[in-house]
Amino acid sequence: MKDTLANTEKKTAYILTLPAVALVFAIILFPIFANVWISFKEVELKDIRIPEPRAKKIVKSISEDPSKIKILYKLRNSSLLQEIRNVSFQDKFPKNFEIEKLDTRCDYKNNSLKCKFGNWPAKYRENFHVVFETNDGSKINKNALKSTKPKLNGTSDNILLNTSFTLKNFKKVLFDDEFVDLLLTTFYYTFFGTVGSIIFGILTAQMVNQKFYGRTFMRSVLLFPYVAPVVALAYTWELLLDPNSGTLNSLLINYQVIETPINLLGQKYIEINILGFDFNLRLALTTVIMFEIWRYFPLAFLFILARLQAIPKELYEAADVDGASPFQKFFKITLPQITAVISILFMIRFIWNFNKFEDVFLLTGGASGTRTLPINVYQQGFAISDIGMGSAVSIVIVVLLLLFMFFYFKLLGKRVDEN
Amino acid sequence: MKTKNLILFALISSFFLIFLVSIFKILATLQGLDIQNFNLQIIFIFGLLISFAHLRIGNKIKIFYKSIIFSLIFVVCDGYIIQKLPLWYNIGIFLVLYFFVNKINKYSFEDLKQEHSTQVIFFDFLTLFGILFFSFVILFPFYMMLITSFKTQIALLVNPLDFSINFSQDLKDLFNSYFVIFKSYKFGKYILTSTIVSVGTVIITLLFAIPAAYAIARLNFFGKTFMSTSILIIYMFPAIVLVIPLYTIFSQLGLRNSIEGLLIVYTATTLPVAIYMLQGYFKSIPKELEEAAILDKLSWFGIISKIIIPLSIPAISSVALYVFMIAWNEFLFSLMFLDNPNSFTLSRAIQYLSGDAETPRQYLMAGSVIVTLPVLFIFVYFEKYLVSGLTAGSVKG
Repeated sequence: MKDTLANTEKKTAYILTLPAVALVFAIILFPIFANVWISFKEVELKDIRIPEPRAKKIVKSISEDPSKIKILYKLRNSSLLQEIRNVSFQDKFPKNFEIEKLDTRCDYKNNSLKCKFGNWPAKYRENFHVVFETNDGSKINKNALKSTKPKLNGTSDNILLNTSFTLKNFKKVLFDDEFVDLLLTTFYYTFFGTVGSIIFGILTAQMVNQKFYGRTFMRSVLLFPYVAPVVALAYTWELLLDPNSGTLNSLLINYQVIETPINLLGQKYIEINILGFDFNLRLALTTVIMFEIWRYFPLAFLFILARLQAIPKELYEAADVDGASPFQKFFKITLPQITAVISILFMIRFIWNFNKFEDVFLLTGGASGTRTLPINVYQQGFAISDIGMGSAVSIVIVVLLLLFMFFYFKLLGKRVDEN
Repeated sequence: MKTKNLILFALISSFFLIFLVSIFKILATLQGLDIQNFNLQIIFIFGLLISFAHLRIGNKIKIFYKSIIFSLIFVVCDGYIIQKLPLWYNIGIFLVLYFFVNKINKYSFEDLKQEHSTQVIFFDFLTLFGILFFSFVILFPFYMMLITSFKTQIALLVNPLDFSINFSQDLKDLFNSYFVIFKSYKFGKYILTSTIVSVGTVIITLLFAIPAAYAIARLNFFGKTFMSTSILIIYMFPAIVLVIPLYTIFSQLGLRNSIEGLLIVYTATTLPVAIYMLQGYFKSIPKELEEAAILDKLSWFGIISKIIIPLSIPAISSVALYVFMIAWNEFLFSLMFLDNPNSFTLSRAIQYLSGDAETPRQYLMAGSVIVTLPVLFIFVYFEKYLVSGLTAGSVKG
């Protein structure tokens, strides 16, 4: 009895989870494997369209003889590269139609015209005519004829499914001159974006954790950048930072802070002098990181605030009795209490920033030294139209992420052991 | 020790005053006033003087009169330095100063003698500074977005610093950008598409996620722990990695440029987080209720629809709102899968609009306002649900 109950429970559980699991498998897990497959192939954007046999139907009446009608099919192979084999053709006609001259490849039975055109090489084109005559002399309805569409079928090789593989994509990605630069840019963007958003998160959480008038309103406002659509925010920032008539540059010029406008999103380097040392700051990259911090510190804020509110008040009261200063309270009580949240946040944000595409794409499109790995996926796959290369770059991303997670958990595991 | 505290107090409060007045001056400049100099040194000296005077006078004069006197003195001097400014500017400066003097009123000579007093003051002012700074930094782009959408091309080019709106003009002129994007750029259609996609995603996600979350929360089956841990790992998985294979598969199946295609992808990407949030809540529902239902021979469908769903309306609504916002804001997949303007979502339409360098910026900003408003409205209105949903289960220890 108990056994059957457990069995029904199992069955129910599988039925309940199946739709979700199937969908996630099809849309998330399967594509990851497909990515590995594609990355070992030489595929371009134009190859992924399946070659189709196509026919354009043109109906022409014959002026000398109104009981006859000529139909022209403009046949073609939609692909410029691949052959289509065993093309078959079928079209239907009204009952009173009789065919005048039958092409040797075709057959006319039960008012339907069936043809076998054999193999069409790439770029194949042919004009195919048929002439019909009505056997009862009635008027021909041209529109009805036009509205029935011919059906064409054929088989072709799917370049994605054949088993020829190559290492060319990976060689190109890994031995590219810019690969190191690409990695460094991605690392700067991810690391400083993550650290910055966590620092601002701590500051704001500490701030909102105090009592002041309008505190709940402040909490909502702080989350605005995180919940608003990225498209709107990115274009607003672009407008704000525009060198020609952007608000920021105009303000700075107005207050005589700078003399000529600075192109914050379009200039790769800016020379900065700190303590007598000149060095080149990656300006556009810094701006993009600023946007990143601005947009994502709310998440850190929210998590840290939730943790701060859970710290027992007694700890602070005891510290007060001992005469601890506010700085001591922050470093000795608050910070140790939030390290766990911070380490989780660091991992989550690091992974997400590493894969962030939209923000950089909308702000700079990857120009002026802001090309990160995700941007490279898009550029290889869609701008240069090399799907195989794009896939190879995304495999590099996955491998790097797995490496990061491996070392992160190893380090974290060690720390837990020490405690 | 005492003098050190005194000087630090004066310094901190003066810097705070500089910050307050600067923000006000920036906002005033943006209303079209011709202010080219902050006069930082003078404000700084004033800050020091006011702090010392405040400590010296102490409670000899009523706070109210003291604040008014200090503020008036500052306004008169400031007005003398920068001349020809309208009355509202001076009133504004007066209010800023009044606020400042009220803030420093909290501290007296006796406070400064106490231990750690400078640190306390530093933290207090840092909090105040933070509140103002972050409000300004966060709200300014939104403010700019809104104002720009009401401007004309010429006004934007002539004086990019003029953020004032002329309310005396016709409503039709004021909302001109909005009329244009609805008429010439078919934004009505895009709003409809975005709404259908987002609401559709919410419905399908809930239909799939509620049973799955219930099974993970309550039932025993082989692979349960594996499933609940892999949910989170899948949630972490990058969308950019899925783009190329999905693009190829969707091209071959003819799902590109279709709402169905977007619905499938959005549902799959939001499912893990939805299941994760829901199962956490379902676990908190007492088991006894279901046991009674099992005795009454209710099927699992009955249990979910008659017990679980009515009891978890708050969690379900927070998941629904969260999923709606994700789907509404989504950009990457709509960029990849939609290239026919007839099937654009709002985000994709705005990006398409910006691709044409000739598109006036006020149209772009009007579009941005339209795409942002619903999300902000939902967020502010249902903030409690959303925030608890965002943090629920994610932060434990």
